[in-house]
Amino acid sequence: MPERYEEKQRADIGTQEAEALPGSDVLQAEAGGLAGTDQPARSLWSDAWQDLRRNPVFVIAGLLILFLIFISLWPSVVATGSPYNCDIANRNLGAESGHPFGFDSQGCDVYNRTVYGARASLTVCTLATLGAAVLGTVLGGLAGYFGGWGDAVLSRITEVFFGIPILLGGLVFLSVIKSGSVWPVIGLIVLLGWPQVARIARGSVITAKQNDYVQAARTLGASTGRIMLRHVLPNAIAPIIVVATIALGTYVALEATLSFLGVGLKPPTISWGSEISTASQQIRNAPHALLWPAGALSLTVLAFIMLGDAVRDALDPKLR
Amino acid sequence: MTALLDVRDLQVEFRTREGVAKAVNGVSYDVAAGETLAVLGESGSGKSVTAQAVMGILDSPPGFVTGGEVVFQGEDLLKLGREARRKVRGERMAMIFQDALSSLNPVLTVGFQLGEMFRVHRGASRAEAKARSIELMERVRIPAARERVNDYPHQFSGGMRQRIMIAMALALGPELIIADEPTTALDVTVQAQVMDLLAELREETGMGLILITHDLGVVADVADKIAVMYAGRIMETAPVHDLYKAPAHPYTRGLLDSIPRLDQKGQELSAIRGTPPSLLAIPPGCPFNPRCPRAQDVCRTDRPPLYEVTDDAGRPLAGRGSACHFWKDQLHDRP
Amino acid sequence: MGRYVIRRLLQMIPVFIGTTFLIFFMVYALGDPVTAMFGDRAPDPATAAQIRRDLNLDKPLWQQYVLYMGNIFTGDFGRAFNGQPVLDLMRSAWPITVRLALLAVLFEMIIGVTLGVVSGLKRGRAVDTGVLFATLVVISIPTFVTGYVLQYLLGVKWGWVTPAVSSGAPWDELILPAVVLALVSLAYTTRLTRTSVAENARADYVRTAVAKGLPRRRITVRHLLRNSLIPVVTFLGIDIGNLMGGAIVTERIFNIQGVGYQLWQGVLRQNAPTVVGFVTVLVIVYLLANLVVDMLYAVLDPRIRYA
Repeated sequence: MPERYEEKQRADIGTQEAEALPGSDVLQAEAGGLAGTDQPARSLWSDAWQDLRRNPVFVIAGLLILFLIFISLWPSVVATGSPYNCDIANRNLGAESGHPFGFDSQGCDVYNRTVYGARASLTVCTLATLGAAVLGTVLGGLAGYFGGWGDAVLSRITEVFFGIPILLGGLVFLSVIKSGSVWPVIGLIVLLGWPQVARIARGSVITAKQNDYVQAARTLGASTGRIMLRHVLPNAIAPIIVVATIALGTYVALEATLSFLGVGLKPPTISWGSEISTASQQIRNAPHALLWPAGALSLTVLAFIMLGDAVRDALDPKLR
Repeated sequence: MTALLDVRDLQVEFRTREGVAKAVNGVSYDVAAGETLAVLGESGSGKSVTAQAVMGILDSPPGFVTGGEVVFQGEDLLKLGREARRKVRGERMAMIFQDALSSLNPVLTVGFQLGEMFRVHRGASRAEAKARSIELMERVRIPAARERVNDYPHQFSGGMRQRIMIAMALALGPELIIADEPTTALDVTVQAQVMDLLAELREETGMGLILITHDLGVVADVADKIAVMYAGRIMETAPVHDLYKAPAHPYTRGLLDSIPRLDQKGQELSAIRGTPPSLLAIPPGCPFNPRCPRAQDVCRTDRPPLYEVTDDAGRPLAGRGSACHFWKDQLHDRP
Repeated sequence: MGRYVIRRLLQMIPVFIGTTFLIFFMVYALGDPVTAMFGDRAPDPATAAQIRRDLNLDKPLWQQYVLYMGNIFTGDFGRAFNGQPVLDLMRSAWPITVRLALLAVLFEMIIGVTLGVVSGLKRGRAVDTGVLFATLVVISIPTFVTGYVLQYLLGVKWGWVTPAVSSGAPWDELILPAVVLALVSLAYTTRLTRTSVAENARADYVRTAVAKGLPRRRITVRHLLRNSLIPVVTFLGIDIGNLMGGAIVTERIFNIQGVGYQLWQGVLRQNAPTVVGFVTVLVIVYLLANLVVDMLYAVLDPRIRYA
């Protein structure tokens, strides 16, 4: 019963903001697309930004993430000393002045180790997400746009990758790489993560290319490249951004889990996952050495998941 | 003729984050047994919300009935408790919705959904409920009812689904049926069949019918009287033919002028300019004044009550009312 | 339906081959199983060559794969490097992990669905906000962190449960590990159920049910839940496959000698036959779970038709 919803919407949205009504988004996008002058889906983005700015979840998550970015860029500003400055005499000692988190089983300062651990987490999750998103969008987008045998092949490949649980694939793959730096971990996550993005990208490109304004642009003789970049991509990108944002949090947890299992990041790279793994052997004597990096890790994942939730709510109100 | 349903000064509002939307502002109408009232209005005029308040199926929150009475067979339904109110629904008054596909439960067979009425309200056995369901389906002329009783809603065509909705409403022989845009989602040819069926069943059972619609064409054949709504208010009430002949409200005039007519070929259709007001900020005075060709200063300040419409000699015209300061001019089509 | 199942089974074959070949490639081509066999010692070249011949490792990779798969379908999963048949390992490991996964799914079903239904029905109220916040926190804490923290608190500090599971892995000792394993999925189940219930609560057919004068309880159970739980059931089905993979972490923490534990050991020691064998079975389980879910979907939702 459309009337009921319209009434609700009018009530929800308020006065004369016709452009805020769903549906008129599409109209505007169509108009913009046909004219080819304006960013087609501008109202969607500005609406989303309005939503986000007022969403406390987004603000909290954003501040947390900014802080995490800051300490991963300049850890020495926050740290009290070098994370490698360890003295076995301090083994498993609790908190004391100047060392608020105490010491781990190697006698290293847990606070400094935790601060320096942020960099690896953030590097891996941002670069891996970026890589998976770009690769997935390009492959999925091309497959969705052109269809045909390329699409069929890509679909089968996607299914193959979906057949391997990401943790399992990571364990097997990284155990033979044995490097311990961030690059193989990033590579692995991109390798196993892109199909998820590709599937979404393919679907939303197929939807976008069936829009009337894309057909219109084609009739007007626009080139394939232009149609893809100007008309299809801007209208297909929202769901991709949503999956990618949600992936950020899962990738932080994934990296930590792989490091914890001993196949991800290895010393001298400092990672919360391997810190927790080391500390787990001494959990009876020094639980604090486990709890602090674990807390930092969870808080980071929380921040990214909150960000993902907020972005999803803003970009796709239907999913709420 | 005493009224079967008498809605008096009904007020409904939606409380939302953005503010309070006044969806229904003092609506009164009545229906007698065997009579059809058509409630006419655009989207957002409050015609469906009024019906939901009458049925007691308003989403609450955010919707609240803040005033008025819904007197049904001499009893104010708004004063009933939740359980007593529930027993009225389905049993004594029933509702037909616009989109039968989404209004029927997709994962239950139509037989189950029809039979449920008998099982819940009458405590019928499974077999009995099924037999009654088949009877009902035959009554609304669904072919091969016995075979189709175990089918799911999506297996029926649009018109057949709407017949099932009607059968469901008829199930317990209610005194009143409210049909909310029952034919809007259907093809034109099917629309007529469904409307005829409704009219026929009303004839047969002597129940009251409230027909909510935005389609003036549908109304003419079926309704006895019309209430035109705008921004949560009744703008005009009249027996159906009087309204078509000589509307007493500029809004009704506008609606009539916007239907294409076969006998006036080549004339330009006139649309009502502007858009309906936001329910969060209904203009003072007459809510229609920003769009009204007759608007004067008084329309922007004084809210017109529902005036009794009279003939030239001052005799009241039966059933006619108009919420326009200048109803007289409109009635006689004077500028 | 029968034809659909057959078609799906046929479609699974290329996926199965692709997935297992990928794993096979990682283990046998990227790694060097023979060197791994000797650990830190340098292998005697003649012995190494002999082993390579015995294990078909001197042949091209695709041939190795074909030979391996041929053996698997005759029930021969090969031997681990210590001489133990992989099949024996599987016989002891699978029942344990299946028990663990079943318990975990049970928790998801009972706790996750209940919480989701409650918060979906009370959308926007305090209960809902509380549940939503709790799931957010639970999702944010990686499984191995919850595992250690719960093991430390319940097992070590308060002594309510035994911190490590004994070798037979009886049901009662698996409760805590199953909770740990289920926790993140449980939170997702809750959120999915909540969204689904909240969405369906606004559906037109629920309004029809109210207009029919049905009692509230009947509306919730017969109309609302019947529809809302369809996506949840499918999620749970697929999750059984995921839980088996997720058992790697849980089984390591609680020292449970199941599939995950064996896999982890196999990976660490580069015990190629163990890894490939276990993964192959996992892939089959995962693919079958997907098929079952799709068929379940057709049973639950009459609108789905298979051509």
